[in-house]
Amino acid sequence: MKIAVSAMGGSMSALVSEQFGRCAYLLIVDSENMEFEPVSNPAAGMSGGAGPEAVRLIAAKGAEVVLTGRVGPNAENALKAAGIRAVVGISGSKTVRQAVEEHLKASIR
Amino acid sequence: MIVAVASGKGGTGKTSIACALTQSAGGEVCLLDCDVDEPNAHILLRPNISHTFPANILLPCVDDKQCDGCGECARVCQYHALTVLGGRPVLFDHLCHSCGGCALACPRHAISETAKAIGKINVGAVGDIRFISGELDVGEAMCPPIIRQVRAQANGCRNVVIDSPPGTSCPMVTAVRGSDFCILVTEPTPFGLHDLTLAVDVVRRLGMPFGVVINIADIGDDGVERYCRDQRIEILARIPYDRAVAEAYSRGRSIVEAKPEYRTVFAGLFQEIGSRVRRAS
Repeated sequence: MKIAVSAMGGSMSALVSEQFGRCAYLLIVDSENMEFEPVSNPAAGMSGGAGPEAVRLIAAKGAEVVLTGRVGPNAENALKAAGIRAVVGISGSKTVRQAVEEHLKASIR
Repeated sequence: MIVAVASGKGGTGKTSIACALTQSAGGEVCLLDCDVDEPNAHILLRPNISHTFPANILLPCVDDKQCDGCGECARVCQYHALTVLGGRPVLFDHLCHSCGGCALACPRHAISETAKAIGKINVGAVGDIRFISGELDVGEAMCPPIIRQVRAQANGCRNVVIDSPPGTSCPMVTAVRGSDFCILVTEPTPFGLHDLTLAVDVVRRLGMPFGVVINIADIGDDGVERYCRDQRIEILARIPYDRAVAEAYSRGRSIVEAKPEYRTVFAGLFQEIGSRVRRAS
C-alpha cells in the first residue's frame, strides 16, 4: 500500500509537516518495502487551491492513505472525492519514518 | 457623478462621511453601501427598504453523462476551483470566480453554469435619497460579485456616493474603480497614515482623481498633514473632534443631524468635487 506523508524535507528522516496542502514535500512511501519517492510539492506556493492540488498529486501517485497534522476543508473534500483516507494529528516532531512505522503498527493491531 | 468614499484603515469614518455627503448634496442622490461584509449605512440613513432580492453568482455544473474526465476544465481554471479526482472534475466553489472559462473550454459541452445565491441586495429610499446595499452571506468568501451588482443598481442615477469597504484589496478596488472621484477618509494617527499610504497607492494606480478628508483632525499627530504636503495630495476637509457628533453617532445619528451647520460644509465639498470632475472631463 502506498502511504503519502506531508514532510519538511525529501527523505525518510525529514520531519513531518503538520500542514498538508502547503507542505514542502510529499513523500510517497511503499509500506511493503519502505521504498519512497519524494515529491517537491508544487502546491506549496499556490495562492489558492493548494489542498485539492496536493490531493490530485498524491492520488496520481497511487496513495491510499495520507499521514499529516491537519487538512483544510477543501483538501478534506478532495480526499473524499479521491477515496484517500486521511490520518491527521501526526506531530511535527516525528520523522516520516517514525510516522509510517507507527501507523503500520497501529493498523496491524 | 460617482464619488467613492474609501479609507484603507477601518473605522476612520467612511460611512459617516459618505452619509453626511449624501444628506447634504441636495437633489436626487444614490447611496451605495458596498461594504458588503458589514453594511451599516442604513443605521445612519434609516431608509425604507422597498425590495430585497438575492445576489447570485454562476458556478459550473458538470453533466456526469457527458463528462469523460479529460481535465481540460481544470487545466484552464486559473483559480484551481476544479480538480479532477477519481476521474471526474470536483468543484471547490469558494475558489470559483465565475469566469465561465471551464464551460467554454469543455470539448464535450458537459459544463453548464447555474446560479447560487451568496447574499442579497436591498433597495430603498429616504426622502430624495435612493439607498442600495449589498449583504454577503456569512461563510461566503467572494465580495466583488455582490459589490458589482450593488453598483449596477445605480445605473442611470445622476449623483452616486459609494461607501467602500475598508482595506486595499479586491473588494475596495471593485467598489471605487470607475468612480469620477475618490475621497480617502483618514485619521491623524500613525495607523491612519500607514493605511492611507496604501490606499493612495491604489487610487494612483487606478488613475483616479482623489483627495483626503481628515476626520477627528485636531487630535493625534501631524504625520498625515506632512505626508499630504510631501505628496502634493489635497486635503479637502478637516472634521474636528466633536463630542456632540460622537454622542449622536453612538445613538445612530449622522454628523449633519447632530450639527446641521455641517450641511454647508458637505454640500460645498460635493459641489467642489462636481466642478472638478466637470473640468477634468
